[in-house]
Amino acid sequence: MKPGTKLKSAVCDTEVMVIKGTNIAVDCGGKPMSDTAPAARADLDAAFAEGTKMGKRYVNADSTVELLCVKAGKGSLSIGGTPLQIKDSKPLPSSD
Amino acid sequence: MNISLFLQMAADAEPDRIALVCSGRRWSYSELWQAAQGAATNIAQSGCQFVALLDESSEATPIALFGAALAGVPYVPLNYRLADADLAALLSRIAPAYAIGDVERIQRLNPDGHHACLKRADFVSAAEAVAEPFVEPEQEDGGIAAQIFTSGTTSAPKAALLKHANLLSYILGTVEFGSASPEEASLVCVPPYHIAGIAALLSSIYAMRKILLLPAFDPDSWLTLASEERASNAFVVPTMLSRIIARMEEGAKADLSSLQAIAYGGGPMPVVVIEQAMRLFPKCGFTNAYGLTETSSTIALLGPEDHRTAYASTDPAVRARLGSVGRPLPTIELEIRDEEGKRLPAGERGEIYVRGEQVSGEYRERSALDSAGWFPTRDAGWLDEEGFLFLAGRADDVIVRGGENISPGEIEDVLLTHPSIADAAAVAVPSTEWGEAVGIAIAIKPDCATPSDSELRGLIKDRLRSSRVPERIAVLNALPYNEMGKLLRREIRKLFSN
Repeated sequence: MKPGTKLKSAVCDTEVMVIKGTNIAVDCGGKPMSDTAPAARADLDAAFAEGTKMGKRYVNADSTVELLCVKAGKGSLSIGGTPLQIKDSKPLPSSD
Repeated sequence: MNISLFLQMAADAEPDRIALVCSGRRWSYSELWQAAQGAATNIAQSGCQFVALLDESSEATPIALFGAALAGVPYVPLNYRLADADLAALLSRIAPAYAIGDVERIQRLNPDGHHACLKRADFVSAAEAVAEPFVEPEQEDGGIAAQIFTSGTTSAPKAALLKHANLLSYILGTVEFGSASPEEASLVCVPPYHIAGIAALLSSIYAMRKILLLPAFDPDSWLTLASEERASNAFVVPTMLSRIIARMEEGAKADLSSLQAIAYGGGPMPVVVIEQAMRLFPKCGFTNAYGLTETSSTIALLGPEDHRTAYASTDPAVRARLGSVGRPLPTIELEIRDEEGKRLPAGERGEIYVRGEQVSGEYRERSALDSAGWFPTRDAGWLDEEGFLFLAGRADDVIVRGGENISPGEIEDVLLTHPSIADAAAVAVPSTEWGEAVGIAIAIKPDCATPSDSELRGLIKDRLRSSRVPERIAVLNALPYNEMGKLLRREIRKLFSN
C-alpha cells in the first residue's frame, strides 16, 4: 500500500484511502484489509467492532499512518492489534 | 489520490441530496457524480492532454473539474476576459485540449491547436448520455488536478500546477466531511478560472453544503439568488462586497435573513468597507481569507471571532487586526524573511514564505520551492506579536531608491489622507540619479479640485522622509484594476516608462 491506495475491509463495508504510510498491514474488525473486496466476508472480531465513520481520518500513535474513511462499516481499524484513533481536527470557519 | 473522491463520497453518503443549483436547474450529488463519470469517459476517449474551460460558471464547471480529475487529465480554467492575443498565447500552451465553452473564439484564436471543442450544453448532454460508470485508470503519484494561469499582474502569466495531493490536503485539513446541514447553501460567484472558484466547489461538495452557482457576478443577481435560495454562506472579493453594499444602500430589495457567514479575499479589503459590512450584517460571521493560486487557496484566515474582537477593541494593536489577514492555518508553516533569507521577528516587514502539503509552488516551467520546500510568495508582510499576518503589497512592488527600500503602501496611505484623493498608487520610476525613484498616480474624488504637485510633495515630505517625495506625478480618472480587484501596477509603471 501507498498514499492513494484504497483498502477494503474483509468483514464489513468499511473502505479507507491511505493518506500517509507505506507497506503497513491494516486490520479492520480484526482481519487484514486489502485492495480487493473478499468473495465472502469473514466474521467480525468483537474486540474491533466499534465501527468506522465516513470522512474521519484515522491515525496511529506516532502519526506515521493516516487513513481516510471513505465508506463506513461495523469493524474498527487497527495495526498489529493496536486500535487507530480518530485524528483531532480543529474546525475552521469556511473561507471559501 | 484524486479529488474526484470528494464528489464520490458525497454521492455515496446522500445520493439524492441537492448538490448544486444553477440557472434554475437542481443537481443531486448522484446526478453530478454520474455526469462527471460520463465526462471522464468522453475526455479519456478524446486523447487530449488538457481539459480547458472558457466560460462563465455553470454546471459544466464542476462536471469538467471532477470529470478531468477522474480521467487523470489536468483541468485548465481560462479567463474569458483576457484580450484575444493573451488568450491565444495560453491556448497554444495547452494544445490539444478538450475545450469547453466559447468554441468560436477558441477555434478563431488557435486554429492550429486542434482542440476538441464543445459548447457548454453539448459537453453536459454528452456527459449525461454516458450510461456506464467510468473505470478509473491506475493513476501515477503526483498527478496534476488543475493548471491555473496566474493573473500576471507583474509579468506574463505562469502556469501554476496544483496536484491532487495539494488540493486534497487543503480540503481534508480545513473541511469536515458532510458537516453542513441540508439548509445550508453557499453562494459561489467567483469566476471559474480563479483558485477561489475551485476551492469553493471542493469545500462545498466535501462539506455537503449546497452550491448556489452564479454564472457571473453583478450585485443585483447576487442579491436575488441569495434571497430566493436562502444562501447561508458566501464568498466575495472586496470590490463585490462594496458593490453589494452600494446597491443595498440604494434600496435594492433582498431578504438576506438566512445569511450566516461571509468570507472574503482575493485582494485588500478597505477597513471602512468591512466595518460598514459588519454594521449592515450584524448576525453574520465574517472571515478574511488570504491565499494564492500556488498554495491551493487559503493559508491564513481572520475568523468571525477575530473580527468581532478587533471591531470592539479600543486597543489600537487589536483594532488594527481588522486590516490583517488573520493567523496562518494550523496545517501550514509561515515565516517572514528578509532579502538574505533570514527569518525576521514580529513587527518587521519582509517576504512571506510558506510550507505545507497544500503548497504546490510549482509551475509548468519550474518549481519555485527552495531546497527545504519553502515557497516564496512574493507577497510582502509582517506578523504582529500575537501572530496575526498583515500584508504589505507585493515584494516586487518595493521601490529601491539609492539602496533604500520604500514600500508603496506607506506613501499611498499618506496620499489617501488628502480629502480630494479617491485612490492612489506609488510605483518605481526609472531615475538616472537613484536607479529608481517614486512615481505616484492618483484619482481625484468627484467635484474636488486636483491638488498641485507642490502640495502633494509637501504632504509626503511632512509625513514621511524626503526620499519618499515623488519625482513623477500622474492624475488619472481611475486607477487600473483587473476584474478581481487587483491593482495593475505594471500599467501604472508603463505610464512612467517614457
